[in-house]
Amino acid sequence: MDKQSQNVETTQVKTEPTDYILEMNEITKEFPGVKALDNVNFKVKRGEIHCLVGENGAGKSTLMKVLSGVWPSGSYTGDIVLDGEIQSYQGIQDSEKAGIAIIYQELALIPELTVYENIFLGHEIQKHGLIDWNETIVKSKELLERVRLNVNPETPIKELGVGKQQLVEIAKAFSKNIDLLILDEPTAALNDDDSENLMELLKELKTEGITSIMISHKLREVIKIADTVTVIRDGQTICSLDAAKGEVTEQALIKNMVGRAINDIFPKRTKKDIGDVALEIKNLNAHDHVSGRDILKNINLNVRKGEVVGVAGLIGAGRTELAYSIFGNPRDYNISGEIYMEGKLVDFKQSGDAIKAGLAYVTEDRKREGLILIQDVKNNISLANLKALSNSGVVNENKEITVAIHYKDALTIKTPSIEQIIGNLSGGNQQKVSVGKWLFTEPKVLILDEPTRGIDVGAKFEIYTIINKLIEQGMSIIMISSELPEVMGMSDRIYVMSEGKITGEMNAADATQDKIMEMATV
Amino acid sequence: MNVVTELKTILKKNVRSYGMFIALFIIMFTFSVLTNGVFMSPRNISNLINSMGYIAVLAVGMTLVIVIRHIDLSVGFLAGFLGAVAAILLTQYNLPVWLVIPIVLVMGSLVGLFNGFLVANLNIPSFVVGLAGMMVFRGALLQATNRTGTIIVPNPSFNAIGNGFIPDINILPGYHLITLLVGAVSIVLFVVMEFRARNTKIKYNFEIMSMPIFIAKLAFISFLIAYVTRILAMYNGLSWTVVIVLVTVGLYHFMTTKTVLGRYIYAVGGNPEAAALSGINVKKITYFVFASMSMLAALSGILYTSRLQSATTTAGTLFELDAIAAAYVGGVSAAGGVGKVTGSIIGALVMASLVSGMNLMGIGSSGQYMIRGGILVVAVIFDVMTRNRK
Repeated sequence: MDKQSQNVETTQVKTEPTDYILEMNEITKEFPGVKALDNVNFKVKRGEIHCLVGENGAGKSTLMKVLSGVWPSGSYTGDIVLDGEIQSYQGIQDSEKAGIAIIYQELALIPELTVYENIFLGHEIQKHGLIDWNETIVKSKELLERVRLNVNPETPIKELGVGKQQLVEIAKAFSKNIDLLILDEPTAALNDDDSENLMELLKELKTEGITSIMISHKLREVIKIADTVTVIRDGQTICSLDAAKGEVTEQALIKNMVGRAINDIFPKRTKKDIGDVALEIKNLNAHDHVSGRDILKNINLNVRKGEVVGVAGLIGAGRTELAYSIFGNPRDYNISGEIYMEGKLVDFKQSGDAIKAGLAYVTEDRKREGLILIQDVKNNISLANLKALSNSGVVNENKEITVAIHYKDALTIKTPSIEQIIGNLSGGNQQKVSVGKWLFTEPKVLILDEPTRGIDVGAKFEIYTIINKLIEQGMSIIMISSELPEVMGMSDRIYVMSEGKITGEMNAADATQDKIMEMATV
Repeated sequence: MNVVTELKTILKKNVRSYGMFIALFIIMFTFSVLTNGVFMSPRNISNLINSMGYIAVLAVGMTLVIVIRHIDLSVGFLAGFLGAVAAILLTQYNLPVWLVIPIVLVMGSLVGLFNGFLVANLNIPSFVVGLAGMMVFRGALLQATNRTGTIIVPNPSFNAIGNGFIPDINILPGYHLITLLVGAVSIVLFVVMEFRARNTKIKYNFEIMSMPIFIAKLAFISFLIAYVTRILAMYNGLSWTVVIVLVTVGLYHFMTTKTVLGRYIYAVGGNPEAAALSGINVKKITYFVFASMSMLAALSGILYTSRLQSATTTAGTLFELDAIAAAYVGGVSAAGGVGKVTGSIIGALVMASLVSGMNLMGIGSSGQYMIRGGILVVAVIFDVMTRNRK
């Protein structure tokens, strides 16, 4: 607590009595094994724009979920006070009734329906039990005017760009008579013009008396618009900065967001022997025709033998998309650029080609893309290199069991048997199985995407130890991670990505959290 | 005491696969009692098994289709149509049986490849592809039988596929000797292979069953084989249909449990994204599974035409639904990735036993359909509940 109070030096003692629309007092929310929120205090003045910032996983979204009733009253401790009254929401319906609306990053609109149908979805205007479409369209027009969106309400949602869809979401929120609007990273998917528009709208709404809370990773935006900024780190409120007093500066924000010491949770590598370039990517561009966005812009990156290259950046920076584009492009992006493995130009038509060339990819979402949860440990470990275990198409099961036992021991996978269904293992052990599966393909270059997400500290340490061992054996590792301490503690070299571009490259020795955060929020 | 706890864990671990066997025993026992033993008579059991052959091979193929999260509704009328094609080739073109069978099987495979292409490359829902195929092949069947109506097949060697029995040397009165010998050989083979597998496991220091339980398992399964063999031997012996079904099931069981291809099929069913990222070509797997399904539909058509000794205008009606029901009863999960070929065969046996037993009891077809529907739901409820308990 001492350390924290030093950080809170910037917290101002409020002298004048202020009218708070919302006070969240001493909120603590625990998940099995993790304290996601630890005594968080969060106060929002009536009619202000209040920004909530913090690293990935700091607890911002959890706090908003507590506020909106996604985590119902009773699943956390502490009080939510709205307009001076203690609230206890059982679900989103309750918080909506109280006048709180949340707009999530992933928009909750139905693409096939029209603008007006979407706006009144779930609370249709009715007359004698039938929907009054005329009234609906008239009301929709008013709401669209209010959010300064000039489209025909009869347009299907799918014909609108993301920026306009966002405005429809806000219009939808206003259709429910709200006075507190919460936006979760509203500009993450928007281009500059649309972002600018949205900021203008929030300012205008402020003059109408609407209070907004905005979660954002883009610090420039925050500085431009915020009246107050609250910084959260590791589930705790670090400080509240007042723009009117000139406290909201980039330096102050970054310092408070990252101000954590890297202690010795990272095992030291004894041998450092960095060799030739193993994988090189030149001028890689990728376009996703599903979302219609350019997801990678002119990426140049290389990794050498015996080297860990960290790829830092915020969620949505394009890091996972980069991994997919290298690894045989299973999502069918339109790709241009060149990939070289050990100096040779390669062209991977599918993931199998990449695996054959010596590439392995431990996915970010191990449950959805990494493992086959309904199968056992043994089958998951052998899957990507089953041919090595087979003779003319018949699997040698004895060999397979030997291999599975080998990785179970080498990676200390805690499982009652290798025939345990993998869905029953803990996150850390699932992750070790993922790693084992890919080590069995004997890769030259291993891509790790958020290798320690959702696993406990002990298992993290073990994963780091495994990484070091592999590097000492001369493997090359690309480690994508949102945890800055991890990137800095484990990498030899660091690339920073933002909005599909590489915005910086540095040796780990020269890296500071401030520097990375600055490049990541460009 | 140790043996008892081991037995308990084995039972608990395999409650789903054993559950279906237990259900089959209960059904057979109940009908035996209700029909004063007629149900378990050699003649009835032989008929029952022989009459389910054309559904059994479809259920084998359907298992794989459902495992990779698809469905194929076209196989019923495809079987009917290809059965008619076989009849036409035999009667109007006078081709020999040994040529007609491979031609029809290849035609089936090609249809399946095309279905697989529509599903995997053009992303058309397999339900729609199957529905379209159902209409197309129904029309094709009517077209093929348009001129003559029912096509009678007077070819005795072709008709033996669905009605004949393997030959015998008449030494032992009252028993089909070759059938008994086949049964005895399979028991010996089974025991030898189990012992060899056990010895390799010991060599590698893997977990094994304790000796008493291992022996009990061998004795039980040997007894089952012996019992069924004896019943069949007391009638006409093994039919060619049973031989064909056993070979098909054996091949598919081997393929799904022992080969890389089999693993890939279950990986694609369990998690297509993870499978693709593991280097598996999901499209190729889809082609293969649909091609195998339609090839088995062709086989089903041959078995059915041969059994009726003719191709009729309504052949194949609702075959696909019987096959799907057999697969679900046999523990194949609609969510994909789970289900055994042998389970589906047990499922087909359960459904066929119900029909046979109810026929013996004189229950009308209206009641039979309702009871079969009820059993289907109960089987799937059991399956879902044992799965969720994990």
